Amino acid sequence: MGAGHHHQLYRAGDTLVHRLPPQCKLVAVAAFAIVVVATPRERFWAFCGYLLLLATVAAIARVPPGHVLRRMVVELPFVLFAFAIPVIGLGERITVWGVSLSVDGLWASWNILAKATLGVIASILLAATTEPRGMLLGAQRLRMPQLLVQIATFMLRYLDVVLDSMRRMRVARESRGFQARDIRQAPILAKSAGALFIRSYERGERVHLAMLSRGYTGSMPILHDISADVRQWLAAGALPLAAAAVLFLT
Amino acid sequence: MHVPDGFFTASVSIGAAVVAAAGVGVALRNAKQELDDRTAPMAGLVAAFVFAVQMLNFPVAAGTSGHLLGGALAAILVGPYTAVLCIAVVLLVQGFFFADGGLTALGINITLMGIVTAAVAWGVFRLIVRAAPNRGAVVIGSFVAALVSVPVSALVFAVLFAIGGTAPIDAGAVAAAMGGVHVLIGIGEGLITAVTVSSVLAVRPDLVYGARGLARPLVLRTAEGEQVVAPQQQPAEPKPLRPFLVGAGVVSLLLAGIVSFFASSSPDGLEKVAEDKGFLGQAADHLFGGFALADYGDVGGIPVGVAGVLGVLITLAVGLGIGYLVRRKQKVAS
Repeated sequence: MGAGHHHQLYRAGDTLVHRLPPQCKLVAVAAFAIVVVATPRERFWAFCGYLLLLATVAAIARVPPGHVLRRMVVELPFVLFAFAIPVIGLGERITVWGVSLSVDGLWASWNILAKATLGVIASILLAATTEPRGMLLGAQRLRMPQLLVQIATFMLRYLDVVLDSMRRMRVARESRGFQARDIRQAPILAKSAGALFIRSYERGERVHLAMLSRGYTGSMPILHDISADVRQWLAAGALPLAAAAVLFLT
Repeated sequence: MHVPDGFFTASVSIGAAVVAAAGVGVALRNAKQELDDRTAPMAGLVAAFVFAVQMLNFPVAAGTSGHLLGGALAAILVGPYTAVLCIAVVLLVQGFFFADGGLTALGINITLMGIVTAAVAWGVFRLIVRAAPNRGAVVIGSFVAALVSVPVSALVFAVLFAIGGTAPIDAGAVAAAMGGVHVLIGIGEGLITAVTVSSVLAVRPDLVYGARGLARPLVLRTAEGEQVVAPQQQPAEPKPLRPFLVGAGVVSLLLAGIVSFFASSSPDGLEKVAEDKGFLGQAADHLFGGFALADYGDVGGIPVGVAGVLGVLITLAVGLGIGYLVRRKQKVAS
């Protein structure tokens, strides 16, 4: 998660997937994730089918594989953990290449790796084809509490500002010879965090006053209608429905 | 510590999602008291701050570095309910936009990192500050609150793991490993949280939610003599505290109860694995038919939950001791 990263999440395009209303895509991805998690781990071919489905969506949306692969780095810590499970797991053991591994642990490791990877790819495709603002409008249409949507809106809008302010403080620290070597340097970082909080909070106050002076009454105006028709719901529903079909067929 | 998809069974994921939804609902209702009509922009900016602060790496020991989780910090700076909202939003954004943390595990992540952390931190913090309402206690309270909140959150993770984890690892080993590692992380978290709170206190004491009502009343020194200006009406502070403390106490009791339940019935966990294994043995025969099945491995052997109960007792003792010391110091001073 590098600073200024979140502009690269969305890949502008005009494909079938991009044009779908965001609320349909949100529901589709969540339903897909639930189907994946509910799949018994022994159904090896079902997971291959899911991967094929996601590859189809990526192809339709013209999201290059490199984009998905680069962003899959977030999964790395748990991949490392998944590799540790067979070694420390309980149950009967087999010896592979001289290492004693737990059979149950191997299954658990496969289970976590497969499901987590499919979930991550689905989320990446969602973020790559949906504008952040659109995603929030979609969440609002799905009856997510108004206040939560507004908080998320403000967070996304000011994230870059806050991150930039943090980056400026880092440049200032480092240009004065600061190097974080061990825990003794932590108080300096903590003071930066304190300064960052004050700046963020005061900016929040200013933003709020500016909004009040422009007629804010507690809810954001909706500028364009993003309602979805049955055809669009069906198009978005194709992914989880196909996944459910794969689950029942294998 | 973002849990991905497939790490917990579907039933535990759904249960945690219900808990998270209820917690966020309560927080939504009460956050308006903490921030009145400014809630949306302020909480949004604080959420961005939490997101940014989680990227601030600090070195722990040679070569390794940790980052702030921010639950305790947010609870002390902006109040527990707003903190829950901010962290829930940060996790939602990380899940949907950055693919960090599974979508089906969102409930677990919000429960662990948002609700448990903020609730425990705020409870511990209020206990200490109530014992000695001064600035020193605010800083010490921040340290202890952050220090306690991280391992408790890790222990709740271990409890969830014992109930519905998908990996066949001894629950006691998970609790011991998670608790141990997170005590270390908690020390770093406590240090950074305390210094951050104290630096904000030094510049804008009015912004620290946990330190409201601690400012000395304004004294006007005029020709007629000194006149104390009555402090402004403080927002209704005492009301929400008692139910909160009671709730936190009940939650920690429940936790201790569940942990000790698992401690006394560790054969249950093993039996469950054995059942799975009987079923899995058949499945494995097909795939690994050529391999000779090795002996039953037994890993762990640490009494389940003992580490957890000990940890809770030790942290409680430390917290009470510090509260007592601060209180005595204050009595001497006054």
